[in-house]
Amino acid sequence: MSSELRELYQEVILDHSKRPRNLREIVGGCKADGVNPLCGDKATVYLALDGDVVKDASFVGRGCSISTASASMMTEILKGKTRAEVEALFERFHALITGDPSRPGTGGAELGKLAVFSGVCEFPVRVKCASLPWHTMKAALAGAGEEVSTE
Amino acid sequence: MSTTTKARGAGYDVAKVRGDFPILSRSVHGKPLVYLDNAASAQKPQAVIEAERRVYEECYANVHRGVHELSMRATDAYEAARVTAQRFLGAASAKEIVFTRGTTEAVNLVASSYGRKHIEAGDEILITGLEHHSNIVPWQLLCEEKGARLRVVPITDAGEVPLEAIEATLSPRTRLVSVAHISNALGTLLPVKRIGELAHARGIPIFVDAAQSVPRMPVNVQDLDCDFLAFSGHKAYGPTGIGVLYGRAELLRAMPPYQGGGDMILSVSFEKTTYNDIPYKFEAGTPNIAGAIALGAALDYLTHLGLEHIAAYEDALLAYGTEQLGELPGLTLVGTAREKAGVLSFVLDGIHPHDIGTVLDYEGIAIRTGHHCAQPVMDRLGIPATARASLGLYNTRQELDALVAGIGKVQEMFK
Repeated sequence: MSSELRELYQEVILDHSKRPRNLREIVGGCKADGVNPLCGDKATVYLALDGDVVKDASFVGRGCSISTASASMMTEILKGKTRAEVEALFERFHALITGDPSRPGTGGAELGKLAVFSGVCEFPVRVKCASLPWHTMKAALAGAGEEVSTE
Repeated sequence: MSTTTKARGAGYDVAKVRGDFPILSRSVHGKPLVYLDNAASAQKPQAVIEAERRVYEECYANVHRGVHELSMRATDAYEAARVTAQRFLGAASAKEIVFTRGTTEAVNLVASSYGRKHIEAGDEILITGLEHHSNIVPWQLLCEEKGARLRVVPITDAGEVPLEAIEATLSPRTRLVSVAHISNALGTLLPVKRIGELAHARGIPIFVDAAQSVPRMPVNVQDLDCDFLAFSGHKAYGPTGIGVLYGRAELLRAMPPYQGGGDMILSVSFEKTTYNDIPYKFEAGTPNIAGAIALGAALDYLTHLGLEHIAAYEDALLAYGTEQLGELPGLTLVGTAREKAGVLSFVLDGIHPHDIGTVLDYEGIAIRTGHHCAQPVMDRLGIPATARASLGLYNTRQELDALVAGIGKVQEMFK
């Protein structure tokens, strides 16, 4: 297998795509629907907030391995984070998958496990797969309630 | 198709045909290119590349304008391409051939011009559940504007459109029928001639979206007895940005212009403008001159190979691919119509089409993944997307073997 492919499909990503964590609804929290019109993938992200802190996060809907793993790992890492920390993490993650050096945190130290998505930037058509859950989560956080599109 | 056409395809020299397409000799990610995305767009033979180059090197100028040598030569070549398209489609007159940007613009032209004139509130336009977005959205726009209604003939689980379902959906308010000849997403070959007979028996004209059929089988507008038919150059081994709308002369004559501008007029004053005759009435502005001429070269190339031979060859290849893919555990073919052409749409258990596409790309294999601009088809079949291998006249059994091996690698990776 080529090295780029191995970078994209790291074991952690394959594991989360096959056995997604937090694949469930949260009743009584806030939620948002996201769609990637290019492939028809849909995801609903649920958040339960306690004041400013994310107490629980989950998602429903399955897409490709990249978007499923991204949603799965995102819901894990969000728990216990404040709104401001979530916003900052979103920015860093976006910079990571787009390979944008002008944005902060591309180094990935704060990203923890999410650094496994660094291979995505070599595959421009797959960036939206990884970002869909995050955009949807942001909408849920904003309480917009409207469907989010990657386009 | 029939066994007789298969037998006639026996002498088809695919190695020689492949030699006509320069791009096929390149590699992708270090592997020989296996191009199986022909339903999206086909590669170009040297004859087409040369034709476009020659226009710009030898006889380029604007058409229908100048008295100078180059303009006359460009006009001759442009109009010769129109005659080539006329003969290719078996149209009665070259006046019935309108050059457009492609199939999409042709549908929009008819929806906008014929539709605005003839469709009224409460009228119905009939399409099938198999249509490409380009044969849905222009009619929706028209229906919205006019207060008309889009009626959709349901498809079966196999991806077929039974004639009884067409009959059941036709109504006294149906004013136009617009159907794909071959479904781009599933490969279903629709009985458009029979559908046309049903429509004509009720005095309704039929538009045939032939984008997928023109590159892979003989298409004759008089034999099909259709009123409008459209195809795109780029799917027929020609350039992008050029296509053909065929329309019966009496219908085209009665239609208002599509766009206003130069070349579509006989005379202009601020009080009154007199429109040009067909087909020029529908070709406002400087057209895609080199594109039309190179499209003529593409159609000549197809005629030279023989559409019957191409159809027979591709049918045999499709049968082989269907057999090979059908044997793979965990693979389900999507679209299993009895009459099919050119398309192998499939899903793999537990593996998303996007991941299939990415891994196959690294094997040098180009397929399409997604909804194929036919989201209603996907919704009807209850799947978000498929992986689609679509055949061209240069594909081989060895390439389908490579696809099968590639799918094995995909399954290994995501098992």
